[in-house]
Amino acid sequence: MISAKLTSRASSAHIGRMIGGLGKRLGVIVLAGSIPLGGCINLEAPDKPIVIELNINITQEVIYRLAEDAGNAIEQNADIF
Amino acid sequence: MNKNMIRRTIFGAALAAMAAGSIAVPALAQRDPAYAAARAAGQVGEKMDGYLGIVGSATPDLQSMVDDINIRRRAVYAERAQAQGATLEEYALTAGCLAISNTTPGEKYQAPDGSWQTRTSAPPQRDPRCP
Repeated sequence: MISAKLTSRASSAHIGRMIGGLGKRLGVIVLAGSIPLGGCINLEAPDKPIVIELNINITQEVIYRLAEDAGNAIEQNADIF
Repeated sequence: MNKNMIRRTIFGAALAAMAAGSIAVPALAQRDPAYAAARAAGQVGEKMDGYLGIVGSATPDLQSMVDDINIRRRAVYAERAQAQGATLEEYALTAGCLAISNTTPGEKYQAPDGSWQTRTSAPPQRDPRCP
């Protein structure tokens, strides 16, 4: 696991800073080592539009409960529907 | 204190103006001719989320008309949702179900997959949760 490696190295760099000297040098090496890893991440633009289901948590029960009132709201505001 | 009183007065005047505005508009007003024409031409369509969308390319006029209608719809949804103890999104989605059902053949609506469809005489494709 790359993430595990990064985490453990980062923590040693932290201790190194606190004790100074050798630790500082270790921290620099760890940082230098993590740069190529960071450069390996590739992001590609999707070729299809992303459809986000914003309303996925709304239940059918709620919709049924609101349907009658919403129907009245549409009728009473016919100019904007 | 003084500032607060001035603020209250301004707020009160604004409320009164809003109330007067809502009274001036008849409850069962017809669609604005530009809106009716845009619907009939398929330039705008009913989205699943309860708001109006632009189907093709947006012109500034079309965009401002759609924005205006959607702001007013949102105000209706917000008020009604609060009265019903529901969220704005729940209410808007419910209204979207009904608004899609209410489209007439030739008008555009958004199908559950997000694509724009032209309403035919057949029932529209709707979210399975729609009543």
